[in-house]
Amino acid sequence: MSFGVKDYPLAEKHAAQIKGARGKSLSDITLDAVIDGSVTIEDLRITPSALEAQADVARSAGRPRLADNFLRAADLVAVPQDVIMRAYELLRPGRAKSKDDLLEMAKTMRDTYKAERIALFIEEAADVYEARGLFTKRY
Amino acid sequence: MNDAPNRWKRFADWDERPLRLDKFAVEDWKNGFAAFSSPADPKPGVTIKGGRVVSLDGVAEHDFDMIDRFIASYHLDPEVAPEAMAMPSEDVARMLVDMHVPREKLTRLAHGMTPAKLADVVSRLNALEIAFAYSKMRARKTPGNQGHVTNAKDDPLQLAADAAIAVALGFDEVETTMRVARNAWSNAVACAIGAAVGRWGTLFQCSSEEAEELQIGMAGFTSYAETVSVYGTEKTFVDGDDTPWSKAFLAAAYASRGIKMRCTSGAGSELLMGFHESKSLLYLEARCLCLQRGMGVQGTQKGSDLICSGMGSILAYDNSFNPSLINGEELEDYLVLQRDFEADGGLTPISEGQSLDVRARGIAALSAVYEELGLATATDAMKASVLVASGSDETKSFNPRDVAMISEAIKARGITVIDVIKALAKRGFRAEAENLLNVVKLRISGDYLQTSAMVRDGKIVSAVNDPNTYAGPGSGYRLTDERRREIMGIRDVLDQKEVLRSEAQHQAQEARNIDYRELGEAAASSDAKDVVIGISPAFGLKLFQTTAGHKLSDVLSVMVEEIKRRSLKPRIVRFRHTADTSFLGLSAARLAGSGVGIGIQAKGTAVIHQKDRLPHHNLELFSNAPITRLEHYRGLGANAAAYALSEMPEPVVVPTRGEAMGSRYHARVAMIYAIETAMTSEGAAPIEVAVTFKGAAS
Repeated sequence: MSFGVKDYPLAEKHAAQIKGARGKSLSDITLDAVIDGSVTIEDLRITPSALEAQADVARSAGRPRLADNFLRAADLVAVPQDVIMRAYELLRPGRAKSKDDLLEMAKTMRDTYKAERIALFIEEAADVYEARGLFTKRY
Repeated sequence: MNDAPNRWKRFADWDERPLRLDKFAVEDWKNGFAAFSSPADPKPGVTIKGGRVVSLDGVAEHDFDMIDRFIASYHLDPEVAPEAMAMPSEDVARMLVDMHVPREKLTRLAHGMTPAKLADVVSRLNALEIAFAYSKMRARKTPGNQGHVTNAKDDPLQLAADAAIAVALGFDEVETTMRVARNAWSNAVACAIGAAVGRWGTLFQCSSEEAEELQIGMAGFTSYAETVSVYGTEKTFVDGDDTPWSKAFLAAAYASRGIKMRCTSGAGSELLMGFHESKSLLYLEARCLCLQRGMGVQGTQKGSDLICSGMGSILAYDNSFNPSLINGEELEDYLVLQRDFEADGGLTPISEGQSLDVRARGIAALSAVYEELGLATATDAMKASVLVASGSDETKSFNPRDVAMISEAIKARGITVIDVIKALAKRGFRAEAENLLNVVKLRISGDYLQTSAMVRDGKIVSAVNDPNTYAGPGSGYRLTDERRREIMGIRDVLDQKEVLRSEAQHQAQEARNIDYRELGEAAASSDAKDVVIGISPAFGLKLFQTTAGHKLSDVLSVMVEEIKRRSLKPRIVRFRHTADTSFLGLSAARLAGSGVGIGIQAKGTAVIHQKDRLPHHNLELFSNAPITRLEHYRGLGANAAAYALSEMPEPVVVPTRGEAMGSRYHARVAMIYAIETAMTSEGAAPIEVAVTFKGAAS
């Protein structure tokens, strides 16, 4: 289903459908559950489906670019923190020595994490960086 | 030799003003000193072929720099652009200040406008129009506010106490940063704990190096990031160590962890960083805003979400972001502005008792967590010094070096918000543990990732479910009665009961100094030596001192003394038909055989009058009672006597140094005067009073 402005806030209007990364619903995530160890930091992570739902809401509220960002974010949910940090670092000026470094990261995103939107985004950056001479060594 | 001064000394006065600490630059567009327009700014324009932007503001696609490229791909809506770019800028500017044009219509058009077009539109508004457009274009209806919580020592005890205060004051967001970069983790934990005192829902960020900030967010301590900078020229962007793509990637990374994000720009960073391309600040800012929108951030730091993007809740010297326009010193001014303008600035006054309570709770919770996690032990003396400290100069607590070790331990041991929540609960801070958990739970649904989202009473309020629908008077955000009462609740306000209570304290003392004995109705006399002092209805009966704090017995005594010194006869008459100084004076003059009278109110305002003059055309007026001293009342008595002897004395001048008497005394004076007027009655006869001075003054 597609969500709209009327479905927002999702935590109030669709509480049953909102679940953490390990499938726990909002009502399962209580202080006692944290104390007894059954809730961990993993349970407090957003899921791709929640981000997709928020993308629907943003689009229906007239914010298509915010929606697009939520979709790129949905792609990144499964990407481990160190890979995210590596990709970010590589996208900063002068870090990638050539276009190939970025293309390889794009391939990892696509093949390993099924992050197609992110892969396309990094490939686009590779083209732009090449055109603008960003692969030159920075001291 | 010519010693004639060659300078108007006012310039010397102006030299001393803080304003002159600022240095002003001449407009010089070639060197980047142009605010609203520069000849180097491009003319607005766009060419779209087959749904693709092939030129933008005069630059052809193959010449696009990174910023043009990003804006063309991610900001500009090719469907709207032809319509929006064809509209005269003046028409769009008028729509911005037309309350009949809804916000959505303008935001839709903005999606089809290039940076040069946006700048061209905005440059047509004057300051008042900008303010109006700004308020109309805000995304969320309900106002909210954001406060800085930092201190010069990065002391976690003080951060926790001050964060708790910020929550009590009603800040919807608090943000911290540090003096020493390594202290980021400790600052984040301390503010997260402090912000969990009292209620839940205050969002929190810790501004640090981009990569570390994201890591702190991933550990669950922060709920948003805001200082993600973008720049208006390519070279500045690269010197800022980022590109539009790296920043947009970061935006997606934050959202993928359920963390809110805004971008920041402006303040002339392109000019300061030397790559301004001779463009105006407005045009460069327009580029930044197009970039931010293209990246899909939920908002911009510069004002779209919150009234202040960082008001200093702490003292200026403790503000590690650099002092804000309003800091802890001026915060109460802001509360009063809210009250006087009946404008909701997002804050609520707090009482002295409440502030100590929340500070103590924040300090105790933080100490317990650091102890429980084996990070540090705060002594009772440390806690006690922080509890009452206005700023870090007054604390004996953790120093930056202690904090660096705590902070590095938090990072190295991979402590997360879960560990902190557990420690809080274990040490008896269950309410704070629940509050902190609730904030972290916001990540799961991501509702707070939407534009301008904040939490009020445990519910998300954002541009989606609380859109700004301003359409003129009576629409948009208005104070509810309840909210109005909240902002009215500033401390230390005066009421009539309080005025009478403080007067009553002087009653007993005055009874020992003076005796007023009423002799019956006063009559006009024909004795040329007669000078009448007309006193007001409450004089010496309900009110006992002037607003300058002089006892009324002393004031009467010095006047009587001076009249007697000239061998004249002072008579004291209480008037009950009026409390007005002029009429007191004129009525007194009409009863005096000399034709000269003094009128004086209990608050000390006095006049010398003559019987044939118009009521408000007196001989001398002493209107500034709060600065009128006994020596002036003495002069008043002497001059009244002189006029009675047909002399022409030098009028008494009460010197004023421009004291702000209106705001200082008006409330009290109005209440005192109401006490006087309540005792008047139409046509009541004047009473002759025999006054006996019982103290040394007589």
